[in-house]
Formats: sequence, structure tokens, C-alpha cells
Amino acid sequence: MKAKSMEQPIDDIVYPIKEATRKQSKRKDKWQRLKRDMKKARHYYLLMLPFMIIFFLFTIVPVVASFVLSFFSFNMLEMPQFVGWDNYSRLFLGDDVFMTALRNTLLFAAITGPVSYIACFIFAWIINELSPKIRAFMTVIFYAPSIAGNVFFIWLIIFSGDTYGYLNGILMELGIILEPIQWLRDEQYVLGVVILVQLWLSLGTSFLAFIAGLQTLDKSLIEAGAIDGIRNRWQELWYITLPSMKPQLLFGAVMQITQSFAVADISIALAGFPSVNYAAHTVVTHLMDYGTIRFEMGYASAIATVLFLLMVGTNMVVQKLLRKVGT
Amino acid sequence: MRFFNKQLNRSMPITILLFLFLAMVGLFMAIPLVYAINNAFKPLDELFIFPPRFFVRNPTLDNFYDLVAVMGDSWVPISRYFFNTFIITIFGTGGHIIFASMAAYPLAKYKFPGSKVIFQIVILALMFSPHVTAIPNYLVMSGLGWIDTYLSLIIPAMAFPLGLFLMKQFMEQLPDAMLEAAKIDGASEFRIFWKIVMPNVKPAWLTLLILQFPILWGTTGGNFIYSEELKTLNYALEQITEAGIARAGVGAAVALILMSVPIILFILSQSKVIETMSSSGMKD
Repeated sequence: MKAKSMEQPIDDIVYPIKEATRKQSKRKDKWQRLKRDMKKARHYYLLMLPFMIIFFLFTIVPVVASFVLSFFSFNMLEMPQFVGWDNYSRLFLGDDVFMTALRNTLLFAAITGPVSYIACFIFAWIINELSPKIRAFMTVIFYAPSIAGNVFFIWLIIFSGDTYGYLNGILMELGIILEPIQWLRDEQYVLGVVILVQLWLSLGTSFLAFIAGLQTLDKSLIEAGAIDGIRNRWQELWYITLPSMKPQLLFGAVMQITQSFAVADISIALAGFPSVNYAAHTVVTHLMDYGTIRFEMGYASAIATVLFLLMVGTNMVVQKLLRKVGT
Repeated sequence: MRFFNKQLNRSMPITILLFLFLAMVGLFMAIPLVYAINNAFKPLDELFIFPPRFFVRNPTLDNFYDLVAVMGDSWVPISRYFFNTFIITIFGTGGHIIFASMAAYPLAKYKFPGSKVIFQIVILALMFSPHVTAIPNYLVMSGLGWIDTYLSLIIPAMAFPLGLFLMKQFMEQLPDAMLEAAKIDGASEFRIFWKIVMPNVKPAWLTLLILQFPILWGTTGGNFIYSEELKTLNYALEQITEAGIARAGVGAAVALILMSVPIILFILSQSKVIETMSSSGMKD
């Protein structure tokens, strides 16, 4: 039984009321009904309570606090001081490093977001064609980097700037380069290396969601399609697979977009903090700089708010676009 | 051995081409993992050989023996870092699975005042990463007096919005008839949740485990943990790596342990996880 208010408010039916008082009593009724529904649902609220308290304390309160703090100057020692839009104007007009960080982050997101999203789908799609045992094996190979913790430090050895680095070693052996390249200390390469490693470990939750979506795809749709004249895998992909996976595709988009804006750990681990001439500086590392080193909490909160708007805004736009596809 | 499933609409040449492509990328994906495994078994002279060698020639367990040996004689024994990571991971993940399921059940099965708004907020929370909330989070933590305690890592992990979202999507598939039957028998909501809902969503437990476990297992304690005796294994690994040559072998051994636990968990739970993820979609 659904816990909706099943019983009609009997008084409504039994006593006819004059038009004038009707509106008022309706509003009163609504309140009463709400109260009754809430009372009926008290067990549900109780079940949700532990999660919601923690969620409220560590997600909702911080987002609101960050927004409020962004209008203050606050160094954790003195009382916060209201400064209006100062933090934002300083951020966009007076902070060249932030502009570099923003440019890097956008560039980064614009590359890794779509590429990793498409990669998640394509590899899930190819893997799905394999026989079950090999499919399970390949799923592990592709998914493992995203849960292997900080194994990405191995890339440090591969891209190491001296002749001990594997890439330098191989390239020099082949005679392609004569001198070792400072992959992680050269502005020309460092962002590219960070992007590559980020892509390596970005086949995460959405990849699994796609694999799962493909495996539960209704086979009869494909058979029906074959009768309707679908002849090859590309047509099948476009006309049958993609449209029926829309819910997973929407979910995957959220995961990949959020991830692509939040690059920091990889950048710090590979390129250092701060990186050479801020070449791999991102909005998140800028935020860390002001939040955990300089303790300019108001300013850092303004950065966090910008990051929040960037992430949520992009997600909303992409959701809208994806919903339109195939409708 | 059969490599492919027989299906409609497939031409062999393209299938082979796609498989070759997959195999090449797979190789690229596997390189660091294979390297980490090889490194852990390299004797010291092979770790520092020039030119560097990818595969181990004379595998040895020396690094693991060294690890056990250092456990005893450093200031904070490595076993302590292991212990800290275990505590944080087990309580954080366990609490998350229980709390997220408790919250997901009403949201999945009933409509009540506020249920829609709450779920919309949870979806919104999927759209930004924890970096956004890092600073106020620190203030909240210090307000609660949780800085430099396990709680600062365990408690926030329990309300990971992705877990609630996936659990709710999965619970929606539970047949209403099953719950109604229990209700007619006079079972309370809590009893229904504990005795009927929970045992029926075991695949989803594993999914939440797989998503939350690696985050906590790999945590370094960040800005919240200062005391050396509360630091985590990953923090210890970072220290060892930074210390350089002397402990490189031990570092490789710890890295392998850190890496392999989440991967083994995933291998064991893969089929169940995929079962849950098929309901992960976002509906209009």
C-alpha cells in the first residue's frame, strides 16, 4: 500500500460549506492533510534521519557556508568582515593565477570530460561483445585503475625527466630524441601528461553503469530491429542501443563532468604544487592554495563557489542537451 | 576458447579490428598495474638497475620481509598505519551501507511530504565534488571537535550521496507485493526494512562497498589528521616514497598491498555490482 493519503477528507463531502469560507477551510485542510501525512510518514523520516543529519552537516551546510563566506574577509583568527563582491572582483579582475587556473580547468574539462565519457561508452560497448569470462577479465583491467588508489605514481617513473624514465629511455633507445625530455617540468608537456593520466583512471562508475546497461539491454529489440532492416552494428548502436540506454547515459554524464572539473590530486602528484609557471594549476589547486596555505577563507570560499557553479551549471546544461537527443 | 558472443548484425573483420583496438588500449591500462606488481618482487639491485627494467628477473619476497621487519623498529610501527586504515575503512563503509539503505528505502518506495525535494537535493549533490565543501567542512569539523580523530574521516563518508542514489534506484525494483504482505502480517516499518528489504538488496551493498571502500582505503587523512599514530597506510606510503632509495623496496610492497585489496574486492563482487548498476539510470 502506498502511504499516500488514501482516505478522502470526509468532512468535505458530508458538510456543504458556503463559498466564502470554503477557500479558507481548503487552505486549513491542506495544512491538516500535510500534518497528517507527515505524521503518518514519521517512520520514514526516522529511517532517513541518520543519513540526512550527516548529509546536512557535511554537504548542505558547507555549500551554504561557502556561499556566505565568499562575501566576507576571514582569516580564521579575526571575526569575519563583510566585503560585498570584493572577493569576486579580485578573483576575476585582479588574480592572473586564477585566470590561468580557470583556463587550465576549462581546457582540462573540455578534453577529459567528453573523451572519457565517450571512452567509457565505447569500451563498455566493445567489451559487451565478448564472451562472459573474457568480458569479466577486461572489465577488471579497464576499471582497476580508477580504484587502485595512488598507483598513478607509477606514471611518475614512466615520465621521469632523467634517463631513468621509461619513456625517455625508450625514445632515446629508438633514437627519436637525443636528450631526455623534462616531461613534468616543461610547460609544453605537463598539462598533456596530466590529461593522459587522468584519462587512464577515469573509466570509473559510469563505465560500470554502461556495462550494466548494455548487459540488460532487451534482446528482443535487436531482433525486432533486424526485421525492420537494421543490417550492421553501427545502425544497431545508433537506432537501438543508444536510445534505450538514455538513463545510464545521463547518469554517466553527471559522473564524468563532475570528475573532469575536480582535477587536483593528479596534477599535484605529477606536476608538483605549485606546478612550473602554474602550467598545471587548476581551480581546485588554487582553492587549496588559499584555503589551506594562505588561510584567506573568504577568498577561498569565493573560488569554491565559482567551482560549484561551474560544476552544477555544466551538469544542468549537459543534462538538458542529452535529454533532447533521440526525443 | 570462444572470444565473442554470437550476435546479429556483426561482420567478422570489424569485430576483429575492434578487438585489436580494445586489446591495445587494455595493454596501456594494465602497464602501471603490471609494473607495480613486478616492482614489489624485485630485489634491491633490480629496483635501481640502469637502464631500468620493466619485468622482474629474480623475483623475491625480500620487500615483504623488510616490511615486517620495519613494522617493529620504526617510531610508529607500520602495523599501526594498517590498523588505522582498517578501522576507518570498515566503519566508514559499513556505516555508509547501513545509513544509505535506511534513507533509500522510504525514498524508493513511498511518497511523503518532502520526499521529492530530498531526492532532488541528493541528485544535485552528485553534481559537485567534495572539493567545493572542503573549507567550511574543516570549520564544521573543528566546531564539532573532531579534528585529529577517526570520526573526521569516518562520519562524512557515511553520507556519500552517490551511494544513496544507487541504493534508491535499486530498491525501486523490489516488488511492492512483498512489502505489502509483510505489512498485512503486522510488521513494523523498521522490521520490514531490516528483515525484508535489506536481505533483498545484497547486490547493492556490494556496489556501495566497491564505490566507497577505495576512497577510504586510499585516504591519507588530508587536513584532518595530525597525530602520527592516527595516520593512514597511504600516508605512510607517501612518506616512504618521499624518503627515497633506502625504503624503495618496502614502498613497492606497501603500494602493491594498497592497490590489490580494492581490485580483489572488485573481482569478487563484479557480477553483483553490475547487476545493481543496471538500475543506476536517471529517469526524466
